[in-house]
Amino acid sequence: MLTAITTMDEVKVIEIKKSVFANNDKDAANLRRELKGKGVYLLNLMSSPGSGKTTTLIQTLNRIKDKLRVAVMEADIDSNVDAVKIKEATGVPSVQLHTGGMCHLDAEMTRQGLDNVPLEGLDLVILENVGNLVCPAEFDTGACRNAMILSVPEGHDKPLKYPLMFSVCDLVLVNKIDVLPYFDFDLEKCREYVRMRNPKAQVIPICAKTGEGTDAFAAWLLQEVSAWKKEE
Amino acid sequence: MHELGIVFYIIRDVKKAAQENAVEHVSGVVMNIGEVSTVVPEYLQDCWRWAADKEELLKGCELKCNRVPAVSFCEDCRSEFGTVAHGKTCPCCGGENTYLLRGNEVEIKEIEVPNY
Repeated sequence: MLTAITTMDEVKVIEIKKSVFANNDKDAANLRRELKGKGVYLLNLMSSPGSGKTTTLIQTLNRIKDKLRVAVMEADIDSNVDAVKIKEATGVPSVQLHTGGMCHLDAEMTRQGLDNVPLEGLDLVILENVGNLVCPAEFDTGACRNAMILSVPEGHDKPLKYPLMFSVCDLVLVNKIDVLPYFDFDLEKCREYVRMRNPKAQVIPICAKTGEGTDAFAAWLLQEVSAWKKEE
Repeated sequence: MHELGIVFYIIRDVKKAAQENAVEHVSGVVMNIGEVSTVVPEYLQDCWRWAADKEELLKGCELKCNRVPAVSFCEDCRSEFGTVAHGKTCPCCGGENTYLLRGNEVEIKEIEVPNY
């Protein structure tokens, strides 16, 4: 890390030349390796506040909980409303993490959260990240895959405005499609913009309120977890 | 609020470097901030002032930000172009097979300590 020390007149300059994210990237890679060893798939789910992460999870967990052993980690700045909601509506174990004012989770915080989850025998942990389209995209949590929810009222141009978020996600769920008639949201344009950011990303339209489309998300999860378990 | 989290990372790394070099006070931290790094230098500096003054090591320490221009490379015609002006499309050949060469840095370049 330390490369050179040069002396100037009044100040001594210590050269560092180190990315602020370097430690986190290393921590994330280590965590991913450990999770692989334990056979636990970690999904990092991101979105804006209010896009419907918790409601989507409730619908989806009820569809997969008989097929996969799953737990949820809820990350928020404060309160435990999400963790309580998940537990009450699905019976799936959930842990609430508080980020202490931070707008995202990093790999170390994710690890600390996982310390509170009995990983033994689990197939899948879903991390509901802090609602935010900027910061969570910067910090690798150590998850196997990233997914995000874009809701119709937010507009189809979000992939243009938050390029990094869409380029790090393998799956984009377009939520609240029941209100499509009331908004100028163009689903085809949305697909095109997502493709521009990440040609490999899948787009699944859903309505978490009615459950429409969440079968497809459940199927994606089942397929992902089983494919990942077979990977070397 | 994004910037505050990054400030905490910078403080941690600067403290570590100070300890390794037996430094008791740091008067300046120089950053390389890429044009498309999503970090706004002015916000970073505001957050820095708030957080750094709470640390004995960093009281009054100035955060200086060098802006690194974003440059992309086109695999089709092998030219380089400004990312902010042209996005993902190469201005020379119109190709889409482009990637970022530099400009997403959030890097601590060096720290300055009083030379007694």
